[in-house]
Order: sequence, then structure tokens, then C-alpha cells
Amino acid sequence: MKKTFSMGGIHPHDKKISAESAIERFPVLSKAYISMSQHIGAPATPIVQKGDKVLTGQLIATSSGFISANIHSSVSGTVSAIEPYPDIAGNPVMHIIIDVEGDQWDESIDRSEEIVRDIKLTPQEILKRIADCGVIGMGGASFPTHVKLSPPPGKKAEILIINGVECEPYITSDYRIMVERPEEILIGARIMMKALGVSEGYIGIEVNKPKAIDVMKSFSASYPEIKVVPLKKKYPQGGEKQLIDAVTGRKVPSMGLPIDTGVVVQNCATALAVYEAVQKNKPLFEGVVTVTGDCTEQQRNFLLRVGTPIDALLNSVGRLPKDAAKLISGGPMMGKAVSNISAATVKSTSSLLVLTSEQTLRKEEGECIRCAKCADACPMGLEPFLLNKLARAGRYADLERERVYDCIECGCCMYTCPANIPLLDYIRISKADVLKILRSRPK
Amino acid sequence: MTAAFLYTILVLGGLGLVLAIVLFVVANKFKVEEDPRIDIIESVMPGANCGGCGFAGCRAFAEACVKSGNLDGKFCPVGGNAVMSKVASNLGVVLQEKAPMVAVVRCHGTCDNRPTTNIYNGSPSCRIISSLYSGETGCKWGCLGGGDCERACKFGAIKINKRSGLPEVDQDKCTACGACVKACPKSVIELRNKGPKNRRVFVSCVNQEKGATARKACAVACIGCRKCEKVCPFGAITVQNNLSYIDFNKCRLCRKCVDECPTNAIWAVNFPVKVPQQNNE
Repeated sequence: MKKTFSMGGIHPHDKKISAESAIERFPVLSKAYISMSQHIGAPATPIVQKGDKVLTGQLIATSSGFISANIHSSVSGTVSAIEPYPDIAGNPVMHIIIDVEGDQWDESIDRSEEIVRDIKLTPQEILKRIADCGVIGMGGASFPTHVKLSPPPGKKAEILIINGVECEPYITSDYRIMVERPEEILIGARIMMKALGVSEGYIGIEVNKPKAIDVMKSFSASYPEIKVVPLKKKYPQGGEKQLIDAVTGRKVPSMGLPIDTGVVVQNCATALAVYEAVQKNKPLFEGVVTVTGDCTEQQRNFLLRVGTPIDALLNSVGRLPKDAAKLISGGPMMGKAVSNISAATVKSTSSLLVLTSEQTLRKEEGECIRCAKCADACPMGLEPFLLNKLARAGRYADLERERVYDCIECGCCMYTCPANIPLLDYIRISKADVLKILRSRPK
Repeated sequence: MTAAFLYTILVLGGLGLVLAIVLFVVANKFKVEEDPRIDIIESVMPGANCGGCGFAGCRAFAEACVKSGNLDGKFCPVGGNAVMSKVASNLGVVLQEKAPMVAVVRCHGTCDNRPTTNIYNGSPSCRIISSLYSGETGCKWGCLGGGDCERACKFGAIKINKRSGLPEVDQDKCTACGACVKACPKSVIELRNKGPKNRRVFVSCVNQEKGATARKACAVACIGCRKCEKVCPFGAITVQNNLSYIDFNKCRLCRKCVDECPTNAIWAVNFPVKVPQQNNE
């Protein structure tokens, strides 16, 4: 019996149609649009000016607070503008726009293919290098990695879990790097374990990726402190709290952080970025992105520079069918719809998904029949049907009592609802309101 | 048979009498002394309990008035000066009259003026739309057309026009309670002076983008060109963040700015149709 998390969850079709296409290098285009808000927290501060020449991998914006990250140029060329440019949701965000000339890398980056196994740096140096290289969580939340690897005083990490679950349908970028670059991920995990001072490491992979499990298992033989844990296929296993439960059986307390259970979770793409930063001195400016969809001519995985316009990426998978209606950055469950296709990719972009009008059709909303399917599916043990009613009535005291703040916005409730009620839409809004009220309360 | 009726009446009647006496004694013993003016003031209030005054309802407002003994910062927008003068006379204070206000929608991005760039098929609520993305058009500042204001209005004064996709205010029904202003996540709606004979001049745009970007998204956007600021003889217009704003306390309704505006973003409402020679007006 394979392990999985204890409460709720759903089983959508995994649709990993791009799984067998190997990672290809996406060409560098004539312009790059590099956003200053690629991470959670304060936007980075540009340190280059219009007209400056920059190299690939050169620092162009610095972290502007404790929770913030450095940003490096993903191309070489001339800075043509530093101005607000609409992001995927159409909201203007400060961007550094670079006219590309050739592809000249910063000389401090080790560009050899050779795998460096010895970890020479001390834990403090590792953290500094990770922060300097602007590494952030690649799983979607984009939390700066060096912050996550520095537990708050009084809390001690015991276990590191590498997240190779990739439970969202369609996405295969993590799968490809696990198959193609397994040893680098393991070294990256070892580096993070050294930084945290922990001796126990796990890699959680769902059983729908048998090849990744085999490859990681064969390589992990020489890394005895890291164990591969095959997990039952269930969404949202890639959620931090669910993965901790699945692998260790520990439960993150309500309103708590994973570190409260002594566990730190990092995505496998983050582990690769950490390896490249620490062993190769290569900042995070490129990552693997899946471009897929049932209706596209091809489904491919690209190694892509940050700041590539999304429309160019779309053109690479062939002509779009007439009924292509929706473009999603991320997976179909938690990804964000792209309303502006001239927007550029960011560090944590993992997938670009094209859906047809039939797939995106919202059916007419009916009345709640109290079947409690949503309560069954909720991985946090909440009652979405009740939260939805309370949210629409604006009853914040009751919402707080029903722990709306524990919602991880995975969308399981909306997926199972037979009456097509947009449960999460309203819960998400009220969760933000309740968190605002909780924060404004004197401690 | 009659005995059964008799007993029932006697028992229930007796019980009622005893309980009535108990209730009477308790009510007198634990009576809360309340200023009778609270009841009087509550009775002159409109009774809409809309919360437009900032208090929980009409009674809470009346209590606050009596407790503080003055009307500083308290005003019933629904009742207006008529109700407030009655409140003031009951309190024995002098009322400082306020000009009547009305909700004004500062966006005219209809489908013709503001082309849609994408289609939204999610939940029809402005708050949800604005939390997800910038909206169906190229303008991230203006009205989203989700109808949160319509649902917030207790007087049926604001309705989404299906054709234009924008809310329209019925100025006779609007009580300026401010519920729609609070409901709008884009801060498109503003309370402004109703003006003499309901005549008003205002900038119908909230786009703070630079001129070219704003114009690209919407044909009637304010582009922050400052022409109105220069032409205004009363110093009522200021341009900040590429957006013009008319101070309704300084505006004398001369409408020079309306003619000057290159994008027709400044609106004059309820004026008679202008005749070419100005002397005839």
C-alpha cells in the first residue's frame, strides 16, 4: 500500500501528454521582458539604467527587503527601457526590457556539463550564495529559497522533503528534470540538507511517474541519506502540508507553518536551481517550461530563459486550433488564466496550457443539494459549502470559526461540486478578508 | 363538561394574572432609564437602516446624537437637511446645512469606447474579477461591470445598463448613502454635490495611466493633458497621476473644461442643450 495524505483529495485524469518529449533549449529572442515582481514579497530594485550593456547572468535588480530576491539578466544586450509592462493578468508591473545582442555569459558562471559533487561551502556561505543567485521556490508560490532555508529562531528543521509529486494534470517539467538531471537534484538536496543541518531527506514522487521513480532510486543509491518515497496518485499531493502528511505522517497545525513540524519542503526544480547556484555559480534565469494542451499540434518541454514573451512560446507548438479559448500559466487546477499573451514568463513559470472552449465552459450554477462531496474532497477538512454561504453573506466571525484561513485554494471543492457552484471564487475572497481582520487584531 | 371549561379558564386565567404581575414588577424594578429624545429622534429618521451615516442603523444614530448632544460629524445622507433639521430642533442645536450629494459613476468605458480584449466567464462579482486580473478590457482602472454596486444599493437607485455594461444612477432615488462607493473595488463611484438644478460637471474617468496607454485602452479616457486645468478660471481642476479631478466645491459650472477636453472625458449633466451664442443662455 503506497503512502498518501490522510484527508480528502480528488483524482483528475493526469493527461501527461508531453511526458516523453525531451527538454529542448528554446532560442533566445530579440527582446526580453524581465519582471521585478517574480517572487512573493517586495519587488526587486533595478540597479541598471537605460542604455547599460548587460551580460547573461548579470545582476540587474537587487532584493529590497527580507522577503525579496535578486534578479539577473537572462540575456545579453542593452537595456532599452525600465517601465511598467502588463503581466499575465494585465496589471502593469515594473519590467526591465532588454534588446538582445548575441548571448554572452558572465564569466563567473561555470558553463561546463561536468557534475560537481563536492560541497565545499559552509552552511552560511550556501545560504548567501542561494540568496545572491536569486533562487526562489519553483513550485508555484515563488517564496525566496534562502528565507525558507533559514528557520525562525527557536525552530529546528529535522527533515527535508524534495517535492517531485507534480500532481497537477498536464505539467511534465518536473518529471523531465527528474529523468534527465537526477544527480543534480540529489546534490541540490544534499546542499540544502547541509544548509539546514538535517540528516534525513526524502523525495516524494507519485506512482504515475514510474520512470522518474526508477531513475531517482538508482542514483540515490550513492546518496544514502536521501530516500525516494513513491506516493499514491492523488491531487493535491504537491501541496506542502499534504506532502508532509503523506511522507512523514506529521500534521501541520492550523495557522501553522511546515517548520512547526520540523519539515522543510522544496520543489525538485528548486533543488536543481540550488545545485546550479552553489556548484556552478549560475543564477536562476532559466527553467523548464511545459507547453501543452489536448488541442495543440505538439506538446513540448523547453529550457526557457526568464522574460520570454508568451506569444512566441505559443507559436512554438504549431498552429492553434480555432476553438482554443483559454491559456493557463501553471496547471489546470491552480494555474492562472493568461489574459495578456504579450506578457513575459517569470522564474516560477512551469507550464503553459491551452484549453478549448469546450474544456473551459462553465456550466450553469445550480442550488446546493448538501451532498457534502466538497467536504469529502477538501484536503484541509473544511466544509466548503458552508464557507461559500457564509462568504456570500459576509459573516466574518462565523468564517473565522470555520477556519476559512486554512484553505489552500486547491480547487478540489469546485471540481467535485455536482451543482457547478463556484465555491472557491467566494471562499478565496472571504479568506483574504478574514486574514486582514486577523492581522489587524492586536496580538 | 362545563366544569372542564371552567377549570381550564380559571387555571389559565389565574396563571396569566400571576405572570402578568411578575412581569410588571420585574419590568418596573429593572427598568433602564432612557432619554425619551432617542425615541423621538428615531421616529423622525427615514428608517432605512442603511448605515450610510456610519452607524449600525437609525436607532444607533439617534442614540449617538443624544449621547454626544451635538451633531458634529453626524449626518443622515438619506434624510438630508430636512430630517437633520428635525433632529437638530429636538436636540436644541443649530444645524449646519450640507449640500445634497449624489453617487456619480466616473467611467464611460462602454463597449464602443473601450474594446474588450478577452472574455471573462467566471463568477459575476467585481471583487472576484479584480482579485483575479485586470478585467475584460485594456483598462485596469475602470468599471468591471460585475454589478457589485447594484447589489449593494438598498434603494434600487443604481442599475447596470445591459447595453453599455456600465452602472447608471437614478438621481431621484439615490440617497448618497455611500454603499456603492464602498462596494466598488475599483473606486469608480464617487459622492459628489448634486448641484443646483442637479447640474454637475465631473471627469468621467479614473485611469491613472500615461496618456498614450490610457487612450489606447479607451477612447474617452482622461489622458492628463492638463488643458482643463489651464482653462479653468476658478482653480477647481487639478491633474495628479495623469488624471484630472474637479473639486465640486470650487467648480462654478462654467463648462469651459468640457469644451476643451480632447477626449470628451469631462461630462456636464442636466444642462440645457447649448446654443451657439453664449449670450442667449
